Amino acid sequence: MSQSNTTEGGDDVLSIRELKLKFHTYAGEVSALDGIRLSIRKGELFGLVGESGCGKSVTALAIAGLLPPNAEITGGDVILDGKNVLALKPEEMRLARLKDIAMIFQDPMTYLNPVLTIGSQMAEITRAEPKLFISILITHRLRQIDKQVDSAKPDRGLLAERESLTAALDSQNLGRKELDQLTRSYAISLLKSVRLPEPEKVYKMYPFELSGGMRQRVMIAMAMMRRPKLLLADEITTALDVTVQAQILRLLKDLRSEINTSVLLITHDLAIVAEVCDRVAVMYAGNIVEVAEVDELFRNPLHPYTKGLLASVPRADLARTPDSIEGSVPDLLSPPSGCRFHPRCPKAFETCPSKKPSMIAVAPNHYVSCFLYGG
Amino acid sequence: MEGTTILETTGLAKWYPVRVGRFSEKTYLRAVDGVSLSIRKGETLGLVGESGCGKTTFGRAIMRLTEPSGGSIFFDGEDISKLHGRSLKRVRRKMQMVFQDPYASLDPRQRVRSTLLEPMLIHKITSSKAEAERLAEDLIEKVGLNQDHLSRFPHEFSGGQRQRITIAAALAVKPTFVVLDEPTSSLDVSVQAQILRLLKKLQEEFGLTYLFISHNMAVIRQVCDRTAVMYLGRMMELADTKTLFENPKHPYTKALLTSVPTPDPSRRKELAVLEGDVPSAIGIPVDCRFRGRCAFATDKCGVSPPLVEVEKNHWIECHYDIDFDSHARRELRQES
Repeated sequence: MSQSNTTEGGDDVLSIRELKLKFHTYAGEVSALDGIRLSIRKGELFGLVGESGCGKSVTALAIAGLLPPNAEITGGDVILDGKNVLALKPEEMRLARLKDIAMIFQDPMTYLNPVLTIGSQMAEITRAEPKLFISILITHRLRQIDKQVDSAKPDRGLLAERESLTAALDSQNLGRKELDQLTRSYAISLLKSVRLPEPEKVYKMYPFELSGGMRQRVMIAMAMMRRPKLLLADEITTALDVTVQAQILRLLKDLRSEINTSVLLITHDLAIVAEVCDRVAVMYAGNIVEVAEVDELFRNPLHPYTKGLLASVPRADLARTPDSIEGSVPDLLSPPSGCRFHPRCPKAFETCPSKKPSMIAVAPNHYVSCFLYGG
Repeated sequence: MEGTTILETTGLAKWYPVRVGRFSEKTYLRAVDGVSLSIRKGETLGLVGESGCGKTTFGRAIMRLTEPSGGSIFFDGEDISKLHGRSLKRVRRKMQMVFQDPYASLDPRQRVRSTLLEPMLIHKITSSKAEAERLAEDLIEKVGLNQDHLSRFPHEFSGGQRQRITIAAALAVKPTFVVLDEPTSSLDVSVQAQILRLLKKLQEEFGLTYLFISHNMAVIRQVCDRTAVMYLGRMMELADTKTLFENPKHPYTKALLTSVPTPDPSRRKELAVLEGDVPSAIGIPVDCRFRGRCAFATDKCGVSPPLVEVEKNHWIECHYDIDFDSHARRELRQES
């Protein structure tokens, strides 16, 4: 394989190299990831797009260490901020999930606890490992105090609080009561920043009292609470109506510029990628077939699968009958030989069934895995 | 209206009785609340809206799969809203439905052959079983599968193939009118395009009329001749698809269209102008349904607006004709 679609360097928050993954099932071994590589830069909104069963969600689960027991990683590395996530011990992985990697899923109701209020679920995060959050909580409160002190005449109470918090920040020590208080004000300000109306009220509500869009906002607030290095967002708008989807996508764009977190946005919808992402990787049957900047990919798609996928997307802004890709997604119990797209590919030739193409750079920041381009 | 009307509803309503809380009084969830619509022979009419707007209930009500609570349905000029038994069965042969989830609408223990034969035999489409068999073989090829597939079970097929089978089953009784309820929503986009093409081909071949129900504006744009937009049980706007997408007149349609992401980064726009969620359909007040989320609402919107023909063949349920660029509005006359 040639030199990577990655600029291996300080800029990458995440880099995945040659990741291979199998599922053991009664029917046999499913080769779900067939040596994928990708890298996500700091502060980037990276789209991972593909049809169902292509391995996009499995990729996210592998990064977060949430694979089901019948999954086996048979090769490759997942490097998050310089550390190989795959080599972490379970306890280290737990801490990484608590702090560095946050994940939001398609159906927020499944991931919120129905018998706890939003507030207590948010508080659980800091209580689980207060040490990880002391600095975040105190600096957040200090900033709040600074704002208030500047605008009015000095308030003795606030000044005293500032002093004691600064001391706590130095000693990294905080009582349970203070921790809970700080968490509460931090959580409410986050609920506000995800544009929930009346955040104090939402803080005391139960998940069933919220609509789907509001629940997804709560999930985003809970993810942001950790100031994660990487946010994995798996089909987060698929269950939502289009007007609410637009609200959530807009929020995601706004937040990204506010908190500078890298986001891996997983979706089956190319329109969402076009709307919000910086770069995008197209997946097919356990392989990444093309990686490019979003503008470039839509203007100049190279891989026959990317072309087919783009042509098959119906558009609301143009009258155009979509073209389809003949055939259907292969069964990964017995994946096609060579390039996995060759049975459906209109441009396939004799090399395609016999050899797996490698990822090559066709332009700066544009990588494709296809023999048509020398792969 | 031009063309012959194949199906027409007048003030069609479906209310579900509900109790909110334990001791509260009985109220109604107004899933469909007075929809008057006519579908022309040979056209594809799109019915689009967000979840809970009543589009599926409307489809089920005109098929008489749920009993309408009010209004009437005319099919080929005949009021079918009160039909029962044999006369209903006679009408049902002409109208069929394809559902969203092909996994749920096929009997897992029946081979494809019997799935296709059963409706033909029930409705006595053919004079002999052998003829029905031939028709089934013909149909399965028409939907892009082959005769070997007839002896297989549903679990042996992919989602797209299953949807082809349900389409074949719907066409087995030679209907003239087919309700397609989100027929491609559970399919991947490359397969969706295959099914949309198939539906188009079959429509031309058999001269079918479609009611195409979907939440996906992009799909509606590609397949429908005219489009109706529903919101909270009412029809907000009805026009030729091209007109509706390029020159929407109702503020809800406008908001819906600006919310749809475009698969073209060079046309990126500011998404989302509409705040909040769709309100509950339980105990809706009599004002305009969209009032709470509408950026243009006035006191006048406390009264439910009538359906007005704002341009030729372009109907909206709104008090105003709004210019969305300048925000200028012209009051529409009540009596039209």
